[in-house]
Amino acid sequence: MNWDWQNVDDFMPLFWDGVWITLKALFFGTLIAFSLGMVWAIAQRSEKKWIRWPVTVFTEFIRNTPLLVQLFFLFYVVPEWGPSMSPLVTGIVGLGLHYSTYTSEVYRAGIEGVPEGQWEAATALSLTKQRTWTAVILPQAVRRVVPALGNYVIVMLKESPQMAAIGALDMLGQAQGYSQATFTYEAISIVGVAFIVIAYPASLLLRVLERRLVR
Amino acid sequence: MMSSQFLENWFLPGVWITVQVTVLSAALAFVIAFPIGVLRTSRLWIVRFLAGTYFEIFRSTSSLVFMFWIAFTVPALFQISFEPLFAGVIALGITYGAYASEIVRGALAAVPQAQREAGIALNFTPLQRLRRIELPQAWPEMLPPFNNLLIELLKGTSLVSLIAVADMTFAGDLLRLVTTESGPIYTLLLALYFVFAFILTRGMRLLERHAKKGVGQAPEKLGLFSGIRSKSSIDVVTGAGGAK
Repeated sequence: MNWDWQNVDDFMPLFWDGVWITLKALFFGTLIAFSLGMVWAIAQRSEKKWIRWPVTVFTEFIRNTPLLVQLFFLFYVVPEWGPSMSPLVTGIVGLGLHYSTYTSEVYRAGIEGVPEGQWEAATALSLTKQRTWTAVILPQAVRRVVPALGNYVIVMLKESPQMAAIGALDMLGQAQGYSQATFTYEAISIVGVAFIVIAYPASLLLRVLERRLVR
Repeated sequence: MMSSQFLENWFLPGVWITVQVTVLSAALAFVIAFPIGVLRTSRLWIVRFLAGTYFEIFRSTSSLVFMFWIAFTVPALFQISFEPLFAGVIALGITYGAYASEIVRGALAAVPQAQREAGIALNFTPLQRLRRIELPQAWPEMLPPFNNLLIELLKGTSLVSLIAVADMTFAGDLLRLVTTESGPIYTLLLALYFVFAFILTRGMRLLERHAKKGVGQAPEKLGLFSGIRSKSSIDVVTGAGGAK
């Protein structure tokens, strides 16, 4: 066993580049996952079958197939008929889309948790459908699912290294590049520890948040 | 398009490898999950703490990074070598074993306290209580979240392609390199994973119905994928308890 601190020093600048890419992917991926998830959740409560049905099939399909293969699909197949995206953008879209199908379940649970009386009250006040959602249902639904949504940010953080497979230079991508060029293993160990250092405090924070918000 | 030769030499063996990795790592996860889950309900705080640390570490790591570490770093550090398949199974088994231990812990904690006291009153040893009282009641509660986890594991097996295990994702990647047509192959791959997930869910559904016999609960309503979503308060993917 020979751990070389020189390699650690050499890798550090690349590591910070990777952290920045990972955080960017996480931020925009979360944005997509949180907003699209709400769209799926609301669409699945639609009265129209032709809206409900395709959304259900689509989300079930996305949820039950691997993110990695979806990333490959987005990166290699989609450009054949449409826009071609950079590895980072593909990663963001892939992560966002994949986890939107999970957050939609979270929203669904939140929406179902809003008491029936609130819907009836909205009807009694003859609020429009849009007002009912934005002013009555969603504010109550979202509040109680914030910790569960937050958990998915951590899950996305842990799954984001899969972007490296399509060439995005996130933390893992940088470590891979460095290790392959130098035949060393320090880089990958640093990245492994980095995930624990970020994810563990984040999950503790969420537990505190959970105690505050969910009663 | 896919030539029949490619199909025989790469794709079908790849499908078989995916099945192997899924079964082996699920078995390893299962074997790890029970002792760890039980230890996490221990009365001694040091035992609880140590078992809990295992869970916290692997809940916080990226399984892909861990897999790379096992496959490339461990052999270099300790001057040993092993098959990539072995590294993949170990990495997946250890990671998902941690998640599964949370399910076991949650289900055991949900068994009413009075049941434990009854066991003590009957002079059962702790092991007897576990085997005859607590586990039989906790088991049906574990199955729906186990199903969820199994689907996550199945999807997770695609990661082994990145450490050069020739599973079906690997075969797909190979085909993209030799032909220019990647559309059909990735569509087929996604469809295959979906079908596998469906089969697993159906299998688990049978197990659930069997497990609930004699525990005095009504069987669940059967929807196409209703078992996929955890009805328990334990969120498997995130490992968080009762966040919903």
